[in-house]
Amino acid sequence: MSATLPESGARIRIHGGRLVDPANRIDDALDLYVADGRVAGVGEPPAQFRADHEIDATGQVVCPGLVDLCARLREPGQEHKATIASETRAAAAGGITTLCSPPDTDPVIDTPALVQLLRERSERTGYARVVAVGALTQGLAGEHLSEMAALKKAGCIGVGNAGAPLTNTLIQRRALEYAASFDLTVFLHPEDQWLSNNGCAHEGAIATRLGLPGVPEAAETAAVARDLALIEQSGVRAHFCRLSTARAVRMVARAQYDGLPVSADTAIPYLHLTEMDVADFNSLCHVAPPLRTQRDRDGLRAGVAQGTLAAICSDHQPHEPDAKLAPFPSTEPGISGLDTLLPLALRLARDGGMPLSEVIARLTCGPAGILGLPYGTLSPGASADVCVFDPQAGWRLTLADLHSRGLNTPFVGWELTGRVTHTLLAGRVVYTGDGHH
Amino acid sequence: MSASNLQIDSRGRLRHFLSIEGLTRPLLTDVLDTAESFAGVAEQSIKKVPLLRGRTIVNLFFEASTRTRTTFELAAKRLSADVLNININASSTVKGETLLDMLRNLEAMHCDMFVVRHADSGAAHFMARHVAPHISVINAGDGRHSHPTQALLDMFTIRREKGPDFGRLRVAIVGDIQHSRVARSQIHALNLLNTGQVHVVAPKTLVPAQAEQLGVKVYHNLADGIRDADVVIMLRLQRERMQGALLPSEHEYFQLFGLTEERLAYAKPDAIVMHPGPINRGVEMDSQVADGPRSVILQQVTHGIAVRMAVMSMAMRRKTASETEPEIP
Repeated sequence: MSATLPESGARIRIHGGRLVDPANRIDDALDLYVADGRVAGVGEPPAQFRADHEIDATGQVVCPGLVDLCARLREPGQEHKATIASETRAAAAGGITTLCSPPDTDPVIDTPALVQLLRERSERTGYARVVAVGALTQGLAGEHLSEMAALKKAGCIGVGNAGAPLTNTLIQRRALEYAASFDLTVFLHPEDQWLSNNGCAHEGAIATRLGLPGVPEAAETAAVARDLALIEQSGVRAHFCRLSTARAVRMVARAQYDGLPVSADTAIPYLHLTEMDVADFNSLCHVAPPLRTQRDRDGLRAGVAQGTLAAICSDHQPHEPDAKLAPFPSTEPGISGLDTLLPLALRLARDGGMPLSEVIARLTCGPAGILGLPYGTLSPGASADVCVFDPQAGWRLTLADLHSRGLNTPFVGWELTGRVTHTLLAGRVVYTGDGHH
Repeated sequence: MSASNLQIDSRGRLRHFLSIEGLTRPLLTDVLDTAESFAGVAEQSIKKVPLLRGRTIVNLFFEASTRTRTTFELAAKRLSADVLNININASSTVKGETLLDMLRNLEAMHCDMFVVRHADSGAAHFMARHVAPHISVINAGDGRHSHPTQALLDMFTIRREKGPDFGRLRVAIVGDIQHSRVARSQIHALNLLNTGQVHVVAPKTLVPAQAEQLGVKVYHNLADGIRDADVVIMLRLQRERMQGALLPSEHEYFQLFGLTEERLAYAKPDAIVMHPGPINRGVEMDSQVADGPRSVILQQVTHGIAVRMAVMSMAMRRKTASETEPEIP
């Protein structure tokens, strides 16, 4: 930690910036005042406020720290890929202050001890807040219910099936009913594993040409249809993770219209890449679910713009280089995404015509609302999680720019706009653009 | 670098041979012409030419194969190369040694060319991308993606039987298109040669998604699919297709899609019948057709050697050129 940075609990004034706080419908030139780790004032300083530290945000955007619904930190179990320390540091550099870990660690997050381990290790490193989704079933094996009430008590913000869909519909039904009893949100990755059948690319013209085993659209939509029926019956609050098809977005929109308590997200790669990007066996574009058609990408973008998809996540999956050095079907799926979440989301404002405040909403109050956590806002009294970025800064992504241990991103070489200059976690500066952590 | 130009060097010559896609028509024709000249070599009493003397070619087979490996080996030996056969049980790479480690080891032994067969689509491209610059990679079949030398020998056979004008031909490919690297390569090659019409014939379970985008017309009925065809290519049906509920039985498959003398009458009277082998007699076709006068199945095998000699010598020509430009017969 640099000696020039303010201490924990310091009074900070962030001045001269454009303050964007979608939760409070604020998008204006306003100063932000921070004291005791909390937002102390917006526009007007609180009485007798004297800043210990000033951050000049002239020409910059000041927004809530980003909330990422899905980031694999690889700890415990796969520390050769990444660690909580390495990835929370990368999160801070990307303006992300709250990360949600899915339960598919090794061992699986199905006991309170694991939840506690995750929390203690992230608090010790102190760069970002880590919350956990607990496993819906023991060991994610889809056979026995996890002790969901205990997981909730230990701090899990919900329970989910991670990348291991339940195949037994009766167990699925009971898991949803049990979760509903304790007011837990269920995070579902919709995938019919019989239909995806170990495929590794979208079933369509490209997979046909490359001879890659395909995953049909129906692998997602059949699971969404089944899950919607069970959600309606059980009354559980549910969240669909990582939608990849336009049709699934429409199904969720319809369910929301009908009043079902469902939300959904997609991950940033699905908003920018399509099956075409796999066309020369580029293993960096091997993701699960697979990148789909341009029509799907456009449908997902529309879902984000309309709010059917209330959150955009990084779906961060850092890998060691060897994981991607093999023939396409034998590589491990996933993209390292923390470093590029913000600039790639900002592209939606530039390319897709979405207002900046809407894009920021999908990265802050949108996901925070899904988690049921009081973050992602700059309301007075809220935790002072702040991201300050230069919306004009253009840069070309190189491997050297990546803070994550995982260098597996197909976005290297892309021209990006928007660069984080300061990140505050509970009032503490955890990153500055000049390289200080 | 895109997959298509990975196999062509800056002067338009063959550097690797990975897929039909990405080749130009002149280059494909060049390979067929070169093969034609090699076909004569086999008919002489001394069947060797010294083109690749002193070169070491490694047959790297991660999947069992007798026919393809044998013809590659014969082709290499007739070019006077030294040949090393390595058959790798797929599980041994799982036990820690990565494919890349294995490549590095073989490179360290100063080999010149890898002939690769692998169960993963894209395996040959992956190796071509990562080998040392002096090594050529020849794809001997990768997953469901590509089997370009098989497609070339098929084109060679069709050209010998039907002449060089593919524009007036109707070619039907019958069988498991979905899982077939042979079919994918044949379709690309036929389209590159401007074949008049390419039909594929199979039940929906064996046709890949959006197959039409490959440039074919899809039929689910054999008679319609092979009607007035000049060439009927039957694909091998793997026994395991019954397991995944893709087909009910070999019996029903033969009843609907098996080629008999009687059904062959739908095709043109001078139609030829092809098969990449090995044949399941009584499943894809009956013996009368397989051994009949219209079958060119054994010619395909013979042509496979000349075509592979052509591909190997052309991919290596790039390297020998820097020493002394050899005469390519």
